[in-house]
Amino acid sequence: MSTHTGEGPDAGTRPAPFRPDLFAGAAFIVLGLAFAIGGAQYDVGSALRMGSGYVPIALGGTLTVLGLLVVVMAFRGGDPAIRDVVRPPVPWRRAGLLVAAILFFGFTVGGLGLGPTLLVTTFLAALAAPEVKPLRAALTAAGITALCLVVFVALLQLKLPLFGDWLGG
Amino acid sequence: MDGILLGLETALQPSNILICLLGVTLGTAVGVLPGIGPTATVALLLPITFEFDPVASLIMLAGIYYGAQYGGSTTAILLNLPGESSSVVTALDGHQMAKQGRAGPALATAALGSFFAGTVATVVLAMFAPPLAQLALKFGPADFFSIVVLGLIASIALASGSTVKALAMIVLGLLLGTIGQDQFTGVPRFTFGVRELYGGLDFVSLAVGLFGLAEILRNLESKQSSELVTRKVQGLWLTRDDFRRIRMPVLRGTVLGSALGVLPGGGHVLASFTSYSLEKRLSKEPKKFGTGVIEGVAAPESANNAAAQTSFIPLLSLGLPTHPVMALLVGAFIIQGIVPGPQVIEQEPELVWGLIASMWVGNLLLVLLNLPLIGIWVRMLTVPYNVLFPAIIAFASIGCYSIGLNAWDVFAIAGAGLLGYFLIRWGCEAAPLLLGFVLGPLLEENLRRAMIISRGDPSVFVTRPISASLLLLAAIIIVVAVLPSVRKKREVVFQGEDD
Repeated sequence: MSTHTGEGPDAGTRPAPFRPDLFAGAAFIVLGLAFAIGGAQYDVGSALRMGSGYVPIALGGTLTVLGLLVVVMAFRGGDPAIRDVVRPPVPWRRAGLLVAAILFFGFTVGGLGLGPTLLVTTFLAALAAPEVKPLRAALTAAGITALCLVVFVALLQLKLPLFGDWLGG
Repeated sequence: MDGILLGLETALQPSNILICLLGVTLGTAVGVLPGIGPTATVALLLPITFEFDPVASLIMLAGIYYGAQYGGSTTAILLNLPGESSSVVTALDGHQMAKQGRAGPALATAALGSFFAGTVATVVLAMFAPPLAQLALKFGPADFFSIVVLGLIASIALASGSTVKALAMIVLGLLLGTIGQDQFTGVPRFTFGVRELYGGLDFVSLAVGLFGLAEILRNLESKQSSELVTRKVQGLWLTRDDFRRIRMPVLRGTVLGSALGVLPGGGHVLASFTSYSLEKRLSKEPKKFGTGVIEGVAAPESANNAAAQTSFIPLLSLGLPTHPVMALLVGAFIIQGIVPGPQVIEQEPELVWGLIASMWVGNLLLVLLNLPLIGIWVRMLTVPYNVLFPAIIAFASIGCYSIGLNAWDVFAIAGAGLLGYFLIRWGCEAAPLLLGFVLGPLLEENLRRAMIISRGDPSVFVTRPISASLLLLAAIIIVVAVLPSVRKKREVVFQGEDD
């Protein structure tokens, strides 16, 4: 084992686990267990006649094992492919805005119709841009909405209502 | 050769030429936008193609794919922003040429080299796909199971990064593929009572999320908006000296690309890297590579395009996608009611050959029309990112919603995007996940069918010669991929590919 001697307070002890690998491994373990446990709710069957749960349990178990291996890798110095890569902080606010924009679209496009939904969705998304002012975001949103309506409704003739039931359209 | 004639007859119908032109133009227009690679381009434009009948829709898709690749090379050359790992090499010398005011010849070389390579590779495809499909028709479920396993395993051998993580991404993709109604029993799995999920997760949403939204989030990690500097493009044409210099690199790139493209898991990336290093080794002045030599653009672009073409061989003969874009095509086949597999060439000759021929037509259209229009594509590059990414979000949402008017397809974009963003951040690649997702149902179906036929005896996978040799090959690939000495060599090959 190559412990870093004389380097910082960790000297002589095990180096701290490499966090990205720890997170990735944990994600695989959680998802693997979720699919395996969920799969156990269905008929498992036998090797001859596999039920609906057979394959998810087998794959979920495999993913859990692979996740454990990734966690082990985290304690052994980490994945060499990304160990020395600089990772900027996660843009939580921007990610939240984009997810909100997409969710808003999904929830309201049937009720509000394409026009109003797009306006709000693109406005929320535009707010995620670096150094953007609300007015500028609104202008961007209006421009993109107009473009989308021309492309999808006028040119491609998608059968999406411009205004939905909620607006009496 | 009959097949090619039938294909040309289909592809050269005026309406199909028009469709192909539309696809090529749209593909280039979107593919040229910085930060949108070919996979994201195809995924974003896929919903539009569903408006047409199967033949037209697949012809349009092929056009989009080629346009997107060409657009990606344009961005790589002009901005040094490769949209996908296969155009990383093109950017090395291509961007240097652009800096010296020779962007025009670099772009023309890319287009002409690609056209030549595409033409040759089309013939290779026409020669090898039908006999392979004939062979595959004799495959039983056990053999198919093993070939899917081999395809999935091989896709990680060529990927850069950790093998364990790539395996985990495949398995996660397979698991996501089990969501929806069980094809054998009709039991809905992991749907939480949501009726809209009975048909499974939508693969377009998954692809748009993994390759589109995740990429946007990565770009938004930086605090400031960056200004892109574009250069004027003038003087497209190659000098006689240029032609002399690119002749052999194009030829060698084509041969190398055609051979490597058949490999599962992104042979085209390997092809462009290998052909670049081959030219460097053969060159009298290897030191000049990286400073803007035209050979450094000609070879990888030809290899890339030849490989893109021959990677259709496993797709059309076995139904096996080897690359995320191929996985999207499989999804498009399925949506059009065509089950990809060895029977497709026999049952849908017009479609398959029309598709093959229209790829060639698409390449021709690229040379004839898009090259002169380069000024317009360059203007596309100046769209500021602050406007671009909200537009991508809007297009993606509308596109995924319009396929089935299903709000869950839109929610899936957000879920896949977040999942993809974090997993990519933690060093896991998205491509194996998408391949696993598309191949998951095929894998499960053949596994269960094989076990029923063998009366529950799992030894069927090792006693049937075809299946046994395929699984042995997969095992060898895994062992080799984790061996330390090979890992080191792989790192050398993928050096500099840190996108």
